[in-house]
Amino acid sequence: MSAVDVRNVSKHYGAVTALDRVSLAFPNGSFFALLGPSGSGKTTLLRALAGFVEPDEGMIFIDDQDVAHIPSFRRNIGMVFQNYALFPHMSVFDNVAFGLTVRRLPRAEVRQRVTKILELVRLDGLDRRKPRELSGGQQQRVALARALVTEPRVLLLDEPLGALDKKLRQDMQGELKRIQRTVGITTVFVTHDQEEALTLSDHIAIIDEGRLIQVGEPGDVYDRPHTRFAANFLGDANFLSGSVRDSGIMVDRLGYIATTSPLPAGEATIAVRPERIRLMAPDTATQDNRIEGRVAERVFSGASLTYTVDTDAGPLRVLRQNADGDVIDIGDRVALVWLADHSVVVED
Amino acid sequence: MRIETRRRWAIAWLTGPAYLWLAVTIFLPLSAMLYFSFQKKGPFGKHASEFSLKHYEAFFTKGYLQDLMWRSLEMGFHVTGLCILIGFPAAYWLARRIRGRWREALFLLIVLPFWSNALVRVFSWTIVLRPDGVLDRAVQSVIPGLPAIDLTDSYPAIIIGLVHSYLPYMILTCFLSLQAIDESLLEAARSLGARSWTILVRIILPLAVPGLAAGSILIFVPVIGSFFEPRLLGGPKGTVIGTVIEEQFTVVSNWPLGGALSFILLAIVLLILAVAAPVLKNHMRTT
Repeated sequence: MSAVDVRNVSKHYGAVTALDRVSLAFPNGSFFALLGPSGSGKTTLLRALAGFVEPDEGMIFIDDQDVAHIPSFRRNIGMVFQNYALFPHMSVFDNVAFGLTVRRLPRAEVRQRVTKILELVRLDGLDRRKPRELSGGQQQRVALARALVTEPRVLLLDEPLGALDKKLRQDMQGELKRIQRTVGITTVFVTHDQEEALTLSDHIAIIDEGRLIQVGEPGDVYDRPHTRFAANFLGDANFLSGSVRDSGIMVDRLGYIATTSPLPAGEATIAVRPERIRLMAPDTATQDNRIEGRVAERVFSGASLTYTVDTDAGPLRVLRQNADGDVIDIGDRVALVWLADHSVVVED
Repeated sequence: MRIETRRRWAIAWLTGPAYLWLAVTIFLPLSAMLYFSFQKKGPFGKHASEFSLKHYEAFFTKGYLQDLMWRSLEMGFHVTGLCILIGFPAAYWLARRIRGRWREALFLLIVLPFWSNALVRVFSWTIVLRPDGVLDRAVQSVIPGLPAIDLTDSYPAIIIGLVHSYLPYMILTCFLSLQAIDESLLEAARSLGARSWTILVRIILPLAVPGLAAGSILIFVPVIGSFFEPRLLGGPKGTVIGTVIEEQFTVVSNWPLGGALSFILLAIVLLILAVAAPVLKNHMRTT
């Protein structure tokens, strides 16, 4: 059963189409990432789930109830905003208790539930502080506690870690995942950070120009991108185009590249991830795909090195783990070798 | 160390002229007035300076002065209260509902009264409020046969005039604090189940307190000392402490009594601010 079900939702702002007939089912208890560049419509979709944007067409089901035209305050959702949106005039306790006091719960129950949720986000003891007396990471936890304390049907996160520095962001990713698993709540989060989407979520939807490009589990979407955009946005990719022959394509000046993906008729484009290509001595014999080239550029980034290799079909990027400290010099001739399995056919 | 001394000199040079100006224009006249208020007689005629508390005593012994003081304070509360009732919703509407060009145009309309002479504004109100005046005729044309509306020389006329003069302060100060409220705070409250009324009472109003307080002080202080609005719009009923103080200087030449009453008024204002300060401080700290 899907906790949240979006059916054919469209939203237009004047001539701009923010969402174009998007249909998406969010499974119960899933941690679902909406990934896309800025202006792709991912935030509009999240805000439509929250009730801040009313769709022009389509339906939004939360627990089998169409909420597309129901105001936000009756949807029972929890939302964490990009800037946290903590109430500056209230203490941590009052911030977290807000959703409960609005529901007129008895004071004893409010106290008990706030205390429990503050323990969950590891903020116990800070309940009398004001938001501005907290660090960015602590504010984030307050926002999370406030969104969760009402036991909402779905948790919505808008670029939740965008405002944190890198180290803190990694810590919070772990925390977020732990909390989400403990509570078991269906979570939808918006991000433009592909790494964050891959680390945190168990489902990814790639959105571009208001349209849903691809949905799936992170590994599937990464290994089998359907389009050139998906391949490029989630991870890095090299593209080779040519005419289809047997189970592969003929690339001009380069030769035959095999693939195991089903091929269309006529022309096709193949994507290869930079880390799936192995660099070998130029005379290596292999059954796999193999092209030759000359190293043109090398970028060192600690754990790995990225080589740009000039081939007859243009430059290709290759990522190599810095496992043995071996470095290939610029100008050296190399063979690029990869499995037919790793040649993924994508739509342009 | 050298940098420290240089910085001190820079601060002295940059702030010095402003302090000098304040001293000349506020501190000196105020001290002169304080001096006169403790004199037996004013600076006219030939008599030696003689210390006296009798003008301060006059306030506490003469009941009508206390009544007038109370009347002025009441007027201050009424005007400030009405300015809040009218100004806050207007500011809210401007800050959160109106966007772009319209907002600029409406702002201009609000500030426009500042560009005209205060006296002219008050006289215009006498034309509006007198019998057979603009207001009377307008009402008669809608509901003919109603008894004539005559607000000349009345307390409501004073209040209308003062509210009109001071309303822009409330709108502007409230606008500033309302505009500073992040839209996402209201969305957060809505997502947590709060309806508009709850959001207004628990989020917007508390965050607008600095604006409300600033506006109230800017209005209350001059209104309790006002004199020409009460006189022109209230006529014989328009006697308040402000008009009495003004008469001491312009008509009966009793500067010491005028000075003494002014300082009592100032003391009352400071007292009210002192009482309000802890509450306000608490709010200012949070925003």
